[in-house]
Amino acid sequence: MLKISASNLNALFDRIAEKQTLYIPVDREPNVSEYKKYESGMTMSKALNTVRSAKDFFFPQTENLAEFKVSGKTIEVKDIRKENEDFVVFGVRACDARSFGILDKVFLSEPVDSFYKNRREHGTIVTMACTRPAETCFCTTFGIDPTVPGGDVSVFFDGENYFFLDNTPKGEAFVASVSDMLEDGDASKLAEVQENTRNIMKKLPLSGLSTDSFGGERLMEHFNSDKWAELSESCFGCGTCTFVCPTCQCYDIRDFDTGNGIKRFRCWDSCMYSDFTKMAHGNSRNSQLERFRQRFMHKLVYFPANNNGEFGCVGCGRCLSKCPISMNIVKVMKALEDK
Amino acid sequence: MNNDTLIPLIGVVTDIRQDTPDVKTFRVNALEGGKVFEHMPGQCAMLSIPGVGEGMFSITSSPTNKEFMEFSIKKCGCLTTWLHAMDVGQQITIRGPYGNYFPVDTELKGKDLLFIAGGIGLAPLRSVINYVRDKRDDYGDVQIVYGSRSKDDLVDYKEIIDEWTADPNIEVDLTIDNPQEGWDGHVGFVPNYVKELNPSTNKTVLVCGPPIMIKFTLAGLKELGFTETQVYTTMELRMKCGVGKCGRCNIGDKYVCKDGPVFRFDQLDALPDEY
Ligand SMILES: Cc1cc2nc3c(=O)[nH]c(=O)nc-3n(C[C@H](O)[C@H](O)[C@H](O)COP(=O)(O)OP(=O)(O)OC[C@H]3O[C@@H](n4cnc5c(N)ncnc54)[C@H](O)[C@@H]3O)c2cc1C
Ligand code: SF4
Ligand code: SF4
Ligand code: FES
Repeated sequence: MLKISASNLNALFDRIAEKQTLYIPVDREPNVSEYKKYESGMTMSKALNTVRSAKDFFFPQTENLAEFKVSGKTIEVKDIRKENEDFVVFGVRACDARSFGILDKVFLSEPVDSFYKNRREHGTIVTMACTRPAETCFCTTFGIDPTVPGGDVSVFFDGENYFFLDNTPKGEAFVASVSDMLEDGDASKLAEVQENTRNIMKKLPLSGLSTDSFGGERLMEHFNSDKWAELSESCFGCGTCTFVCPTCQCYDIRDFDTGNGIKRFRCWDSCMYSDFTKMAHGNSRNSQLERFRQRFMHKLVYFPANNNGEFGCVGCGRCLSKCPISMNIVKVMKALEDK
Repeated sequence: MNNDTLIPLIGVVTDIRQDTPDVKTFRVNALEGGKVFEHMPGQCAMLSIPGVGEGMFSITSSPTNKEFMEFSIKKCGCLTTWLHAMDVGQQITIRGPYGNYFPVDTELKGKDLLFIAGGIGLAPLRSVINYVRDKRDDYGDVQIVYGSRSKDDLVDYKEIIDEWTADPNIEVDLTIDNPQEGWDGHVGFVPNYVKELNPSTNKTVLVCGPPIMIKFTLAGLKELGFTETQVYTTMELRMKCGVGKCGRCNIGDKYVCKDGPVFRFDQLDALPDEY
């Protein structure tokens, strides 16, 4: 397998960044990492995952959809789209890599969202196999193997060298473009590293969590469960869980008058907010119970009902560590599952 | 890059009619004349004035009308107030058509039809009614029951009187909630009127109006012996995208903007009661 030694990783980053914009996870403070545009000298974070998910690369928090010039009774629509530039995201974890597949099902289904598609086509995802999964991780519940992270290129670290395995034509092109910096290496130690990681996964507190009780067939039963009242009791609808979630995709569309034309924006929204479904004559989800139920029913029941059984959660654990009242999808699953 | 449904087209308002104190009907054309796009009865479009807002509205004109589209719009907030204040010649943005439609060419074909509308709920049904009138031989009996608060609140009153009631092949039954000077027609709420009229249970029913009216009408129809599989309605939930992606208009696993807005009651019964 092609490899590069750890000491040469930054030289590789410099090379990639010569041709394309490169994003890597870097530490904002110890163990708090975020994706940053790579500049020479930056060190890749050793934290397990970024605080914010990687969905911003394809579905940014705000983006400009169109511009309008309004004068008198006339309106001019300006299509401000342009072909995205190629970019590389390095160090994406298996859970986040899977989340792109879930977002694809939403944004690339007919009618295709051209804003998302444009970024998706120009982005190369280089993933990084996990070696030290955390207590909040439960990706294996959704059939994800964190030691085989996917994306366009999977990267594996054996303690000394980074090994590269391309998974797609885009990944193949990426590896070819830096192949002069890579050398053939002995990957025999990787199997042991992977085995180690899998053993850690098995011992993690959430390893036993199962999706068996969920899916589209159980729609009415779970919707009508009497557990929702207790589960949602303390949720104050802050929306944190939806913003950090790599698969949450709800959005709002708003106009902004710049004084020199009107810009139409799309921005992340949250089904946890009280005005999300508010209408002139009422609100279809009036209580926090209904809004809370919507978020989890969507991931565990509605999404699989519409997507051949695939769940809308990747077990990244972000909502577990970020909810101010320590409520999360794991607690919901445990409360609703068959005993 | 391909067209994106979120980037709207431009339409121009070529006629405005004040139908009731708070409903106006707007005629919309493409800038070069004709229609901005084709649609089927029951489908909707997103209209907007940039900087003011964007909202979903039923296309109330029939697809058989080849010259223009029409929207009947009730004034109730920011965008609709702005739309009510505009003059002929104003341009608006428009995108669509969105959603499914009444199965006019399949399930409804050849059937005796009973239309039941309340207030602005006539808007989506008017599209079907005029479609059926233009293809009259394809359908059986047509009966229309329409009610509003008062005579002044009946949307499209002129067309109803001049064309629908004048059409010998259609039965039109109008009602208003309370007695009013100059009104010698029926007085009473729509659900009760439907029960009084006692329509034959072999009719297929299309009902649209305020949620409370729909609820009581359905209950009344069931008392008369109708089943859920015979009754269609359209749903209205908050919408932004119109294409099942912004995540806000779902009832269970169905998106009203994409899988609806037209549902049969047996389909709604299989979904959570969250609307
Ligand atoms: C499928 C479908 C078909 C429709 N067809 C028709 C039709 O044929 N004719 C018709 O007249 N209408 C129709 N509607 C309804 C129409 O879309 C709304 O009435 C319209 O969008 C209201 O826009 P507005 O800007 O005037 O009101 P808004 O200003 O948006 O709001 C009206 C009221 O809603 C509340 N509200 C809304 N958004 C918020 C928010 N973010 N925060 C707080 N409060 C809020 C406020 O209390 C406000 O008074 C349809 C809707 C749907 C979904
Ligand atoms: S629901 Fe929670 S654990 Fe699942 S993908 Fe979203 S943030 Fe991660
Ligand atoms: S983060 Fe917690 S409190 Fe905030 S909306 Fe989500 S579940 Fe509710
Ligand atoms: S309006 Fe966006 S999902 Fe239906």
